[in-house]
Amino acid sequence: MEGRESMATDQALAAEHILLVGVNHKTTPVAIREKMAFPGGYEQALAALRRLPGCRECFLLATCNRVEALWVGESGDRAAEALASFLFGDNLTDECAEYLYRHEDADAVRHLFAVASSLDSMIVGEAQILGQLKAAYRQATESHAVGAILNRLLPKAFTVAKRVRSETGIGLSAVSISYAAVELAKKIFGSLQGKNVLLIGAGEMAELAMEHLLNQKIAAVTVVNRTLQRAEELAGRFHGQAAALSDLLVRLESADIVISSTGASGLILHKDHVIPIMRRRRNRPLFFIDIAVPRDLDPALNELENTYLYDIDDLGGVVEVNRGEREKEAVKAGRIVAEETEKFMSWRQNLAMNPTILQLRRHVEEICGRELAKTVAKMPELPPNGRAALERMLAAVAGKILHSPLQYLKRDAACPELENKVDVIRRVFGFDDEKPAS
Amino acid sequence: MERMIGSLFDGVLALAVLTALVYLIFFIRQNSGLRHVARMLMMLSGVAQLLYIFARFSHLAAAPLTNPHEAIVFFACAATWAYLTFRWRYKVRNFGAFVSALVALLLAAAATFSSTFTPTPAILKGLWLPVHAGLSLAAYSFFSLAFCGGLMYLLQERELKSKRFGYFFSRLPSLDALDQLNSHCLATGFILLTMGIVSGSLWLWQAYGSYWLWGEKEVCSLFIWLVYLAQLHQRFTVGWRGRRAALMAIFAFAIIALTLLFVVAPHGGTRIHGN
Repeated sequence: MEGRESMATDQALAAEHILLVGVNHKTTPVAIREKMAFPGGYEQALAALRRLPGCRECFLLATCNRVEALWVGESGDRAAEALASFLFGDNLTDECAEYLYRHEDADAVRHLFAVASSLDSMIVGEAQILGQLKAAYRQATESHAVGAILNRLLPKAFTVAKRVRSETGIGLSAVSISYAAVELAKKIFGSLQGKNVLLIGAGEMAELAMEHLLNQKIAAVTVVNRTLQRAEELAGRFHGQAAALSDLLVRLESADIVISSTGASGLILHKDHVIPIMRRRRNRPLFFIDIAVPRDLDPALNELENTYLYDIDDLGGVVEVNRGEREKEAVKAGRIVAEETEKFMSWRQNLAMNPTILQLRRHVEEICGRELAKTVAKMPELPPNGRAALERMLAAVAGKILHSPLQYLKRDAACPELENKVDVIRRVFGFDDEKPAS
Repeated sequence: MERMIGSLFDGVLALAVLTALVYLIFFIRQNSGLRHVARMLMMLSGVAQLLYIFARFSHLAAAPLTNPHEAIVFFACAATWAYLTFRWRYKVRNFGAFVSALVALLLAAAATFSSTFTPTPAILKGLWLPVHAGLSLAAYSFFSLAFCGGLMYLLQERELKSKRFGYFFSRLPSLDALDQLNSHCLATGFILLTMGIVSGSLWLWQAYGSYWLWGEKEVCSLFIWLVYLAQLHQRFTVGWRGRRAALMAIFAFAIIALTLLFVVAPHGGTRIHGN
């Protein structure tokens, strides 16, 4: 009976829906996304998500460009509402709900694959998202939030991403936010050689942003952080200096490029702070990059002369400039994603179909085998090749009889009545009757 | 001979217009092969302008700087060579497109003035006048480059500040390059202008026995000199740079253009004082 149990689980798995709800940089302004950051980290959020009714497996992804919740379980409006209020918490308003997108089953899979392949990124083709996705998956595994379906879906997403990267040229031109930032900095400073970079906040994003700058022969890096120890750690990696957050204004005097990515809940640098500093700098240009969500830097900084401020949404506009060139590659990548989505969905369907098909075959084979044995026993004068001929005939009959039920099961595998079809077949052949089918 | 020199000017003008057109097409298409062609044309155009000035010089046996036509041609030639020398020191993306347009416009303006040879009055002969006029026009040519740079700065800065990247973003150089151009042209132009005013004063002394006559031209020159002095002072002490410097460069050059147009040109280029 063990087989029967695993079959039942398989069917239960197939009956679950994949539901994805989230916001990204395209649909939602920073001001709204800011409300959704998970202050307690993934672990706490995943635990809360798992407690929601109707949730079997779940996964969360929060980057500065997107917040998405993926679950396997119930679908429909009620489930989506539960997810929305989970994402926004107390901040849920009608306005927020407008920004949410919702994908189910095949759409959800396609969306996830597209996200992993960086087709949905602010900077299409950047590689950071895959790392972030993997980290989020690791968290979900450690929190035991994922099960059979997500454990197949997420690793699949990673392979799809790799395939897109190797088969299309999507990753070539744009690499990341930092790439965009470097391009902008070059339009302001010309060459970045000899420029001083100031990092405010020592988070992971700061490290990523530094990646490209380090290739530009910048003169020095200073890391300013609330906790000096973390600042020293990060500064050590870039052979830079560390300073406490209270020194920020002093350090600003000698900086050229400022990258801010603290987890502070409000602004840490106001226009009024910077005006006297610009005077002391004798108006040397200052380029602020605010990659923090919520924002760290006063948007009014951009109004000052010789001061340029870009937040994470603005950086998206930079790559918009040569988007056309990459669109062709994106189409190619989209095809790969669609193909892989189809494969995954048919795997899911097979999860439901496979046991039934197997059982159907085994059922018919057993009948044939039994009847063949009976017939052969009654025919002692049967020539040696007679048995083979009979076997061939039975196989042909069985094949012909099975042809239409199998076609019936496999046809339009992605259609929603699949469960019903499986059910019909199982009932017609009496697979789920109390007495064993022998 | 005069007709030959006249057709040489037609060639100079045609070359300058062609250069500007090739630069314009390069600016639109951003094809690096065209840039090479445009640069060679600019060089040729500069050489042709020099030849033309030299031809007039040898025909006149005096510095060809005494009427508006000659002054504007000299101005254009100085701008071309100021650009070519600048290019050799700094790289400013697509600057040539703006300068070649300015040079073509200047030469077209020169074409509207009479290019007939007039015998130089005795009072305008002498060493200091060509030195004075040459230095002043060379100064103006540097200021005209600062003016082009200022326009480009404003265009590029607007894109960077508004964060909407349009047609000019990828085509224009970095703000820093444009600001360097501003400081280079301002400093060089100011030195030339000062020398021009001093030599003009020496000429006045030679011609009239006085270093300074409060004529319209002297007052305007002094005003222009003070405007640039103020700009230079603010730039190198307080750090007036970027947008403010670009605006100043445009404003100051506008004063030069207005002075040339309304004060200098109506009197036939060189102001003759007194009787």
